[in-house]
This record gives sequence, structure tokens and C-alpha cells, in this order.
Amino acid sequence: MRRLASREELEKLREELRGKMEKIERWVAVCSGPGCHVHGSGEVAQAFLKEVEAQGLGDKVKVRATGCHGFCEVGPVAVIFPERYCYTRIRVEDVPRIVSTTLKEGEVVEDLLYVDETTGKKVLRDEDIPYYKFQHRLLLGQHLEIDPEDIGDYIAAGGYSALAKALFDMKPEEIIEEVKAARLRGRGGGGFPAGIKWETTRNAPGDPKYVIVNADEGDPGAYMDRGILEGNPHSVLEGLIIGAIAIGSPQGFVYVRQEYPIAVKNMQRAIDQAREIGLLGENILGSDFSFDVKIHMGAGAFVSGESSALMTAIEGKVGEPRPKYIRTAVKGVWDKPSNLNNVETWANVPLIINNGAKWYTTIGTDNSKGTKIFSLVGKVKNTGLVEVPMGVTLRKIIFDIGGGIRGNKKFKAVQTGGPSGGVIPESLLGIAVDYDELDQVGSMMGSGGMIVMDEDTCMVDVARYYVNFLSDESCGKCVPCREGLRQASRILERICAGKGKEGDIELLEELGSFMRDASLCALGRTAANPVLSTIKYFRGEYEAHILEGKCPAKVCKELISYFIDPARCKACGQCVRVCPVDAISGGKGLVHIIDQDKCVRCGSCFAVCPDKFRAVVKLSGEPVPEVAPGTKIRKKAKGEKKCRK
Amino acid sequence: MQKVTLEIDGLKVSVEEGKSVLDAAKKAGVPIPTLCYHDELEPFGACRFCMVEIIRGNRKRLVASCVYPAEDGLVVRTNTDRVKEIRRMIIELLLPLAPAGPLRELARRYGVKRSRFESEDMQPTHCTLCGMCVRYCSEVVKYDAVSFVGRGVSKAVALTPEAQDQCVFCRKCYTICEAGRFPMLAEEYSV
Repeated sequence: MRRLASREELEKLREELRGKMEKIERWVAVCSGPGCHVHGSGEVAQAFLKEVEAQGLGDKVKVRATGCHGFCEVGPVAVIFPERYCYTRIRVEDVPRIVSTTLKEGEVVEDLLYVDETTGKKVLRDEDIPYYKFQHRLLLGQHLEIDPEDIGDYIAAGGYSALAKALFDMKPEEIIEEVKAARLRGRGGGGFPAGIKWETTRNAPGDPKYVIVNADEGDPGAYMDRGILEGNPHSVLEGLIIGAIAIGSPQGFVYVRQEYPIAVKNMQRAIDQAREIGLLGENILGSDFSFDVKIHMGAGAFVSGESSALMTAIEGKVGEPRPKYIRTAVKGVWDKPSNLNNVETWANVPLIINNGAKWYTTIGTDNSKGTKIFSLVGKVKNTGLVEVPMGVTLRKIIFDIGGGIRGNKKFKAVQTGGPSGGVIPESLLGIAVDYDELDQVGSMMGSGGMIVMDEDTCMVDVARYYVNFLSDESCGKCVPCREGLRQASRILERICAGKGKEGDIELLEELGSFMRDASLCALGRTAANPVLSTIKYFRGEYEAHILEGKCPAKVCKELISYFIDPARCKACGQCVRVCPVDAISGGKGLVHIIDQDKCVRCGSCFAVCPDKFRAVVKLSGEPVPEVAPGTKIRKKAKGEKKCRK
Repeated sequence: MQKVTLEIDGLKVSVEEGKSVLDAAKKAGVPIPTLCYHDELEPFGACRFCMVEIIRGNRKRLVASCVYPAEDGLVVRTNTDRVKEIRRMIIELLLPLAPAGPLRELARRYGVKRSRFESEDMQPTHCTLCGMCVRYCSEVVKYDAVSFVGRGVSKAVALTPEAQDQCVFCRKCYTICEAGRFPMLAEEYSV
């Protein structure tokens, strides 16, 4: 593609690209996001390309391997345009049928449609699937139209028009005013107003100023930013360039973790392509504004997502937070004013510039505007990336979009905000996705991780998991965070092992409030949230561990026993065979018995006992009943089947 | 240089702009205890022992005085109940690691009889990770013969093997160490 020397040339290119698109009758968007990728979407996309050629449709049909559509649970997913027919769980062998039936004739392949579980009906279009119906996919919706490897797709879809507008129609101050008026808040979790941060950086003394994308996404279970960077890197880049114009920055950085190789590759390609056609580099679109971007790969430290640590890492030093009484917006990278925003925040900017703050503020609640992407994972039926307008309740996300809990289990809690967030119990599911509401209940918006937990989850174990995660991931510089986590971990380990003492809960609370007040950076200040919120809402579970030696969810190994119910055992011998320590005895026709002294509580017997018997049960906080060796299994009495039902 | 005036525990004090609250407190003669602060080194802000309460309007905040810049009109309280609670907790957390050295005296002063975190399986490391040895070598001697290794709860101080030929044997790392780690470390490496 040629270098664009003016806004008119960009528009001309857009017309050309759209003209080419019009010749295409149908196109298929094969989701290649993180979820579908592991389900084999790469092979599916290849099969589409091959099959379209083989059936001679090369000039009428376009195949796009796109970014994440969102519905990871049923991947690989493909949507066929213009009808928007949506096929789920596609295998390579389904592709020839799809090509000959839908892409060629416009007919539907019935058996690949999504079946709505509640109505039992097949759903034709992606937008009518309940999972998508309640969403508002401002950002993720763009993914379906764009091959992330092709800047042409992004431009044809209207890309870089916001950049042109910001460059030629607006003064930098006006851009900042627009972002302020849109009340865009930081999507990385803190929720700081982006426009105010931009203004601070613009007005701070010192040159050059830097603009930075924080793509150091590291919360367990979260992959929203990865989804955007892989699926639509140009939207982030366009937002960043607009921010650079507003702030007056000649140099940007994308700080992305190296564990995201596809995101790194796609972003680098986006930067190269933008530079090639004059959207980056000297005199962007023929204006007097020059700006360039460099990717900085993170070396695997969670704490580097913290703003001052991230900036220290960009300088080439160990990524440790600095005491931040002077904000990074004023003194950041090499002590120069540096504006850092999260991937999703930047991706919202072109939308705001194109459609205006007035439009943007119609979406969301009073204090939280726009949409938020969550990665909905855990024990929920429909996992995937979910983009909802702010203000939607957690219940709607988990039950209407997520389809409720897997396997007829009961909901217990949802964890939002990653290791810095907290758990929210069922009684509070009516609260809305809103920065302030989530803060008030002791969790936080965070970057968008949403882990759903069912009744089989032990909340003390959850707290222990997060504390141990942070013990490894804290930088270890300040005493409250390092030593607070060390001791919190020891106490939680002790409670989970059934050695908790009276006073442990209070000590954890005291440690938590100390860490919040005294730690150096946000990681330490919020590190106790998982502990404090589980104590707040599930104190009874802590007490059961400590006072009764009982793990109510039957998770903590030291507090449970496996027992074979003599009334249910059918002496099938499966548990005897899998037991790694030969703790189970019993022959043909004899009730199998677990030797509690030998048992290591690995749970293998529990896992293999056939569902129709369910003879192996977990006990906690109660003595294991004695069963005499040689007890014969119970024969089915007449008519028993009917009664038991 | 412009001067700023602030109030520390009721005493008014003026210092040059850019000085820390800790500097200002020293000038005012108000003692603020520290563990990782050293006159010859850049403030580190890691031990949090120098935390004080600052009041601006009706907002109270806890800050580390060694890194918080002195501001005009700032009101500082160095010895509030919360500040003392924080110091006691820091002592309790560090005592099992470094029972000798300055912590014993601080524990006495702050009325900490024993740490709730002491236990048989917590072996003293004799190091509070104040980083004075590391920072002295790097900032003053301008070598990096001593460094931090690891992160989180595994963080430790170590001699940098590849930098050993740079060591000028100033032995400052021995004398600067108050918790007693350094002589042991040197022995382990048989320096």
C-alpha cells in the first residue's frame, strides 16, 4: 500500500477498499481468538481457505480469521455474513458442507447451529443467541469484520477516521475535553478518569512526554486485553495516536507481556503496517504531527502491570514500583511525564472521537460510562469474553449471559478484580457493574476477570490461592506487602490444614488493614482484598475450619475423608484399581473399604466411582463410620428402583 | 530555592522545596524512626517504619515520610495511634526474621513483648531487606557487587558472582548492615 500524504488520500483508500469488498457476495468470520484457537480454529480457518478455492468461490467469498467473538465455550465459532448465520463447535470435516451449503447457496447447515438450552430451539443468527443478546459489543463486535493482520480491513471498516478527525478538525485541548466529557474511566481497574490523566500529562513540565499502552494483563483467568490486542490491534494503536496528539507526545510504548506471542506479533504487524502507509512516523497523514511506537515485552512479572513498576521496566531496570507520591503522569519514564492507559481504555478512544462524548455517555451508569469487557470463567455454563454496558447486574451476566452454574450446582460467589479484587456472594448479585458499586462491596472492577464459583469451592482455599499467587508475584520490596503476605499465607495454610487457632481470623483482618494502609504500591494495598472479602462474606467457613475441623465445601485435603457408602457400593472394583497407595480393600461381592490410615486423599476413587453408584463420598468434620471387612454388598430389593426415585 | 513551610507535631518548620517530610522533621528536631533510611543513600521507601499521618484540609492520609515531599501548609502527625499500630506490626513481622539488631530496641520502645508471628519453623535470616548493602554498593561505591535476587517472599540479598572482581573491599556492606546478615553472607560465599 502507498504512503498516505493527506486525509483525502486516506478516504480515497477507504473507498477503494470498500469497492473491493462490495464484489464479495459472502464472507465468513472464523473466530481465532484465544478460546477458539485451543479448540482448533487454526485448522478450521485453513480448511475454509482451501475449500473455498476448491469449490471455485475464490472471487465471491472471503475467509477471515478474526479476533475473538466472545463465545469461547462453543468454539470454534464462525459467523457467515451478510446473513450472520452462526455455527458453533465446527470441526474441519464440517467445512466442505458449510462452503457448499451456506457460502455458495445461502442455505443453513442446521446441525451446526447453536441450540438454546432453555427453549430447545436452534438459533440462526449470532446476535439472537442469548449469550450475545444481552451484550453490547462496541469493541468485540468490531472483531467480526476485521482480519487483524490486515490494516485494509480496519480502514474499510472505518478505521483511522477518528485519527484524521483528531488531527485535522480538533485542537489537542478539544480532544482532551471530549474524552473528559465522555467520562471514560481507566479500564485497567483503577477507574481513574482518562481525560484528567491526559490533561495532567499534557500540562506537566518536561519533554518529551510519553504515552503507553498497559498490556501486562496477568490476573488469573483474565484475557480481555489479549482478545483485543490479538483481534483488533489497530483500534488500540489508533487510540494511542489520538492520545499522543492530545498530550503532545512523540513516542509511545506498548508494554505487553511476552507470554502473549500472538498479541505481540499482531501488534507489531499493526505498527509496521501503520508506519508503512504514513499513519505512524514523520508527518502523519501529511500533518506536522510525528509520532512513533515501540513494543516493550514484559519478562513475566505480574507486578510490572503497576504503573510505576511498568515504567521502571521500560527504562530497562527491574520492574519494581516506585513510591508514587509524584504521579507517573508528571514523572514517569525517565522522569518525564508519561500517560499510561490500559488496552481497553485506548480502544474506546476512537469510538468517542468518532461518535462524540454525548453518544458515549448514553451508555452506562452515572459514574461509569461505556461498556466493559469481562472474561467470564469458572463454574459457569457459558464461558468467554462478555462485553456489557456498565450498570448491568452481576446476576444478568452470570445467569442470563453465562447461563448459570454448570452441572446443576448452586452458585456460591463470584470473584472480580483478580488478586486485588474480592468475592461477592449471592445476596449481592443484584449490584451493577460499576466502579463505585463494586468498590463498596469490597471488590473492585479490576481489569475484568470474573471467576464464578459454585458450592464445591472452599472460600478459605480461594483466599489461600490468591495470597500464595501474590506472595510469589509481589516484588518483595516493602515490608507490609512482602511480610504481610508471607504471614497471611502461613495462617491460611494452617487453617486449610486444620491447624487454625482461635484469633487467626482477627489476625488476618488486622494484617489486611495494615497492608492496605502501609504498603508501597497498589498491589500491596489491595493484596489482602481476597482475604478480607472472603472473611466478610464467608466468616462461617473460616470458623468451621478452625473450630470444628470441618471444610464445608469438602475441598481442604487435611480436613476431609473419603468413605465408601456400604449401601451404595456395587463392588465394581474400579476404585481398588486406581488407588495409588493400595488403601482400598474388598473383593467380588464385598463392600470396598478405604483404610483411612493409608489414604492420601487424592480423590481418584471419588473420580472413578460410576455416577450411577456414587458410593464414594467425601466427609468432613464427622467421624468415618466403621464398616466390618467382609460385609456383603446390598442386593437390590424388589421395587427399589421406583422408591428411590 | 523556594522554601515551603509545614507543621510537624505542632512545630512550624521551613525547608527547601524538594525535601522530604523526614528531612523537615529532622530540621524541626522531631524524631521519626527509620529502618531502611541512610543519610548517604537515596530514600528507598521500603520499610514503611517512617510512616506518618498527613492532614490536608479534612483528608487524612498515611505516607512514608522519607519519600513524601514537604509541601506548603502540610500538617504532619508523627505519633498517632494508627502510626504506632503500623510500627508495632512492622516490628512483629520483622522480629522473627531479624531478632538481633535494632529491632529488639524498637520492640522495647513500642511495647512489643513478643511477635505473634514467631514460630519454630520460621528461621531467622538476619535480614530485613532494607537494601542498605545493595544500595551503598550501587549508589556510593558505584559497583553492583551486592544485589537483590528473587522477588516476593523469596527475595534475598546476594553477592553478585560476576561482579566480584569489581569489589573494592571497602567493607561498607559489613558495617552498614544492622540486622547481622552481611557477615554471615560473606562467610557463606567465603569472601
